[in-house]
Amino acid sequence: MKKKTQKLAKNGANGSLPEGEQFSLRLYVAGQTPKSLTAFANLKRLCDEHLPGQYRIEVVDLAKNPHLAQADQIIALPTLVRRLPEPIKRVVGDLSNSEKVIVGMDIRNLKAKSENP
Amino acid sequence: MAKAKHSLPVLKKAPTGIDGFDQITNGGVPQGRPTLVCGSAGCGKSLFAAEFLIRGATEYGERGVLMTFEETADDICKNVASLGFDVDRLIAEKKLIIDYVKIDRNDIEENGEYDLEGLFIRLGYAIQSIGAKRVVLDTLETLFSGLSNQAVLRSELRRLFYWLKEKGMTTVITGERGEGQLTRQGLEEYVSDCVILLDHRVIGQISTRRLRVVKYRGTTHGTNEYPFLIDEEGISVLPITATSLDYEVSNERVSSGVEGFDDLLGGEGYFRGSTVLLTGTSGTGKSSVAAQLARATCARGERCMYFSFEESPAQIQRNMRSIGVDLAPYVKKGTLEFHSTRPTVFGLEMHLVRMHKLIEKFQPTVVIIDPVSNMQNAGTLEESTNMLLRLVDYLRKNNILGFMVSLTGGGKALEVTDEGLSSIVDTWLLLRDVESNGERDRLLYILKSRGMAHSNQVREFLITSRGIRLSEAYLGAEGVLTGSARINQEARDAERLRTASEELERKKLAHEHRRRATEAQIEALRAELAAEEEALLRAVESERTRLEQISIDREAMSRSRGLAGKSTAPKSRR
Repeated sequence: MKKKTQKLAKNGANGSLPEGEQFSLRLYVAGQTPKSLTAFANLKRLCDEHLPGQYRIEVVDLAKNPHLAQADQIIALPTLVRRLPEPIKRVVGDLSNSEKVIVGMDIRNLKAKSENP
Repeated sequence: MAKAKHSLPVLKKAPTGIDGFDQITNGGVPQGRPTLVCGSAGCGKSLFAAEFLIRGATEYGERGVLMTFEETADDICKNVASLGFDVDRLIAEKKLIIDYVKIDRNDIEENGEYDLEGLFIRLGYAIQSIGAKRVVLDTLETLFSGLSNQAVLRSELRRLFYWLKEKGMTTVITGERGEGQLTRQGLEEYVSDCVILLDHRVIGQISTRRLRVVKYRGTTHGTNEYPFLIDEEGISVLPITATSLDYEVSNERVSSGVEGFDDLLGGEGYFRGSTVLLTGTSGTGKSSVAAQLARATCARGERCMYFSFEESPAQIQRNMRSIGVDLAPYVKKGTLEFHSTRPTVFGLEMHLVRMHKLIEKFQPTVVIIDPVSNMQNAGTLEESTNMLLRLVDYLRKNNILGFMVSLTGGGKALEVTDEGLSSIVDTWLLLRDVESNGERDRLLYILKSRGMAHSNQVREFLITSRGIRLSEAYLGAEGVLTGSARINQEARDAERLRTASEELERKKLAHEHRRRATEAQIEALRAELAAEEEALLRAVESERTRLEQISIDREAMSRSRGLAGKSTAPKSRR
């Protein structure tokens, strides 16, 4: 719990560019539990694979910032929230089923869109 | 846990502040442990939980966290505001936190392993931020509809309860009633300390809420189903009785207000704080007796409360004025209060609580309930008996004279009350009709009156334009006669008496005559005797005189013979 977590894991060429960062993802965890580490690793792998340079992952450690749990309606951990693009989507769990993450977060769809033009 | 070990004999309890509930459970819910409150939709479990928290914060200085899974914080504020709780202020004063946990299945996708640590963190944070002692989880089962991994949920819930216990939180968890078990998700498995079941039943179109303590580990508790109600002041649970019969009693007596009737009650009237039941068939004048009592009470300067379930206050006053009982001045003065309702407007419990509240507010010394017999319209017979029992208990405890009027239906046994009240009342008066000679007459008698020498006499009960009057009924060889038959019989009796005395007089006179005649006879005989005696004396005297004369003569003769020879003697004889 005391150990430092990845506070902000930025991936992507251009942090401020809206077109480059079309995915804003937030991963809520409570300390470095095996589940949260797995979730983060799974997420990172998927994003790198499907959304290179288009995403940003924010890891929120509720053990450190417990007040955020209420504000963001978090119950289960780990929880992945897709804040952008709208609508907001949530996935609960360690994201071990990649296929489901891709469908749930619409990652493939957007990638297809961005590849089309 | 350590706490419980230290104070082995007594389980610490946290008072809920809910009217009556703490009485049933001897103090409240177990402190520092979870309590499950379950029931079907609309039974009031959320309110129970909310009241537990709010009263904890306002009355017992224990701050609370309300974690709601169903309603938003705003909704809850509004809901309880209608019951007189200012939740916003409590929140502003940091005495209460409401955390709305939104769970929407469409919103959440599950992917792999997870736990409910987020919930723990939220709750822990809320508890810590205000130093809460009480926690409410309002319908935790909503989790089951939002998340599908039952195994995780169950193990997490178990962990949650354990965690709360460890933190020493007095927790109330609400759960929806399930089929065949107390809650849909079997939460009762996890909460082993105290389980309370709320129920909402509609019988005969009148709904009654009930509460039962299903289990309460390590303590005694009332096991009955207790009716409760929700009104503008929150939940009120009504313990059937005060469980023990240990109220104070008074030796003071109060007048019944009916002329001549107090004489029958040992000369002084009813005991203060006792319960009087007046039964009778319709039209026997029951309400009139009640009204007289009301008047007498108010005339003494005391307060009287009159609950009427048949007539409106105006109607009662008009009717009573016709027999010369004017109640209006006392109503105006505020010492007499009428409350008229139809029995069916609410359930019995509501009636009871309403009466409790009104009595509490008005502080009367006499409460009249006219009649109690139609209370069963608002429930079953059994329920109305229970309700009246509780009412009697309450009145006795507060040293209030309860005067209950009960209508006996035509053709029913007179000395039986439907309500089963007869055994609990202190004084039982019976009014009855006797039909004879083309009229109905009223009779009043005391069937029982505990603790006083009361008359066994039947009195005729007359309703006159100047109130009620009692007169002795005719009891004779002909049986009990009342009304004109009584007057008739009385006249006949008087006649008979008169005839008898005349006869006697006549006999006396005759005797006197005879006595006098006898005396006269005696007098006459005596006179006769005296005359005879007189005659006898005279005869004796004359005989003596004659004998003397003879001897004189003889002497003279012998003398003359002696002088002139013997020849002269015959001459002298001639």
